[in-house]
Amino acid sequence: MREYINGNEAVAQAVRLARVEVVAAYPITPQSPVVEEIAAQIARGELDAEYIRVESEHAALTACYGAAVTGMRVFTATSSQGLAYMFEMLHYVSGSRVPVVMAVANRGLAAPWTIWADHQDSIACRDTGWIQLYVETAQEALDTCLQAYRIAECPEVLTPVMVCLDGYVLSHTEEIVEIPAQEVVDAFLPPYKPREVVEPERPLVFGVGAGPDIYPAFKQAQQAAMDRARDVICRVDEEFYRIFGRRYGGLVVPYRCQGAEVVLVTLGATMGTVREVVDRLRQEGRRVGALRLRALRPFPAEELRRVLAGTRVVAVLDRNCSFGYEGAVCTEVKAALLGLEKPPAVAGFILGLGGQDIRQADIEDIFRRCLAASSGAVHQVAAAQS
Amino acid sequence: MKITELPEEELVYGSFACAGCGGILAVRLALKVLGPRTVIVTTPSCLLGVTTFYPQLAFKVPCVNVTFPSTAAAVSGVATGLKRRGREDVHVLGVAGDGGTVDIGLQALSGAIERGHNFIFLCYDNEAYMNTGVQRSSSTPQGARTTTTPVGLRGKGEDRAKKDMMRIVAAHDIPYAATASIGYPQDYLRKVHKAKETKGPAYIHVLAPCPPGWGYPSHLTVHLARLAVQTGQWPLAEYEKGRLTQKKIDNPRPIEEYWSLQARFAHLLS
Amino acid sequence: MIPNLPTPHLKFRTGSWRTARPVLQAGRCNNCLICWLFCPEGCIQREKGYITIDLDYCKGCGICAHECPRQALKLVEEVVPGGEEGETSA
Repeated sequence: MREYINGNEAVAQAVRLARVEVVAAYPITPQSPVVEEIAAQIARGELDAEYIRVESEHAALTACYGAAVTGMRVFTATSSQGLAYMFEMLHYVSGSRVPVVMAVANRGLAAPWTIWADHQDSIACRDTGWIQLYVETAQEALDTCLQAYRIAECPEVLTPVMVCLDGYVLSHTEEIVEIPAQEVVDAFLPPYKPREVVEPERPLVFGVGAGPDIYPAFKQAQQAAMDRARDVICRVDEEFYRIFGRRYGGLVVPYRCQGAEVVLVTLGATMGTVREVVDRLRQEGRRVGALRLRALRPFPAEELRRVLAGTRVVAVLDRNCSFGYEGAVCTEVKAALLGLEKPPAVAGFILGLGGQDIRQADIEDIFRRCLAASSGAVHQVAAAQS
Repeated sequence: MKITELPEEELVYGSFACAGCGGILAVRLALKVLGPRTVIVTTPSCLLGVTTFYPQLAFKVPCVNVTFPSTAAAVSGVATGLKRRGREDVHVLGVAGDGGTVDIGLQALSGAIERGHNFIFLCYDNEAYMNTGVQRSSSTPQGARTTTTPVGLRGKGEDRAKKDMMRIVAAHDIPYAATASIGYPQDYLRKVHKAKETKGPAYIHVLAPCPPGWGYPSHLTVHLARLAVQTGQWPLAEYEKGRLTQKKIDNPRPIEEYWSLQARFAHLLS
Repeated sequence: MIPNLPTPHLKFRTGSWRTARPVLQAGRCNNCLICWLFCPEGCIQREKGYITIDLDYCKGCGICAHECPRQALKLVEEVVPGGEEGETSA
């Protein structure tokens, strides 16, 4: 069934199709329509789930954690300040290896106070041990939420997943979305079979305290699970393709990178604008391409090296800033490319903070500067831009 | 309830609690009433530190650990999940100290009570942040010395009265709430039993003396829990069907009797 | 490896903390079980006629002796902390 819906509604459709059993969420702009729609689905009898109307985001994630350890498939969604408020629970959930799926409608963080999109909120949670997937369209938001449960619940992974969609640009913008039939989703996503649950008959302690002798072993195990997740994300995407006929490329989504002299790396919905600019410049005979990081955690360093080897300049467009340094993705791309024999020069650009429009002209400008600059001068180019 | 009617099985055993810990006694006795079909939800506190720190895992019932502010939020999730699984025979027992209940945990507790989940919340009140080294909480009694309300030229110990948690809980129109003392075990166990039988949220606030935090020899834990009641420092109250009742203390003993046994009040008597 | 582990799991015997141990004068005990009720550790066992104490886990807090209405329990200083009298190791 094809419907004209926005990203938030697409996420809510995925929650219904995933047969989520417990939802705990607190409203925040621009996430609210997700939870409104879920509440409406429950009220209409379309989704058989408990909605815990919590008093805060901290409680939202905690209640999801509590329900998940009893064996429930759970969902929550938030944004910006709400995600920041969850911060300590993010670590608790990932450390306890509880497969929560959460949608994040990306929005900047105050101050100054803002409700508009950038990636500062979720990027600030890079190190919380959650898998982070950034989507480009409402369709991808729906599909990725379904994939997210498969990834999170996979016994080799058992790690929570954050599905990040740009606030307003995706959350509130309608597009035609294919909503799969329930039977098809059921075939792709079987009921959650927890490895361990709260059960008086077999008592477990969830999230033990651990001293210096054993704490690192738990963290190493988490890192190993993240490493395995790279493969699982790709496998799940392929399996999704076989059933639904759509796929997103797993960890990275390259666009016309073949023989490109300059490649622009970015996240999320901005990729749509970037593609159009790439097409126009290619028509002019400029050797440019683009690459969207679909997964930020686990970080696809190897895939980046494979695609970007031979590129002269890599431009990174960040919708966040790691204050005192540069855009966070830029740092990570640089680090990933260090392993190459002749690593490309990397130029960072910070655009689109707090909902600032990223126009085709801005993208074109980035490409032209990078094309014109000799590799050695790339750093100055980036400084001039930001 | 007769002592011999209480089950012999210990559901918390071998913990790292200090000798004479009032908190672990409160939890032990509550579990006697609730039985093995109980899930404990607890928070970084003395209790979590002494019961679920690998490799010493002292509970014989499941235990869900969670962040400091969110005991009652995790309780909400666990209770919702168990209900959905058809395991309403399992009691969900949230446990937190006074800090995790009346300070940082208050918002989550308010939310959970208001939503009406089926659970019991046990606050073991040792009247300060004992796990971090005896800092004052809003449950520290007036006059008490703690490491953040020290006594000196200008310091006179805690200068605020204890937060009235019972009134806060009662304002939610909770089905059942009570204060108790481990010095009055019959009364305490009866109240835990009532909480167990209550449909919906039930709250029990139990006084649990702390030897190192209050500054007294460990054998006096139960004695002080009793004296607190007898000197009128700890009311034994019950809130049920919208009515608050309180055990009357006819001839309260002089407060000096209570204070003189504890280092935290020593400056009040000198 | 996941930090959700089966419980109970006891590796340390907290009786080694003890500096004094409760000793029962059986003749005075009427098995009222007040000590059993108040033991924070739950390490007093109810037996027919009298109680026994699990010294592997008794921390020697002395509540049992203090609360016993018949003074049937006496705290005796450990020669070796936490150990049997005359034993050289805990």
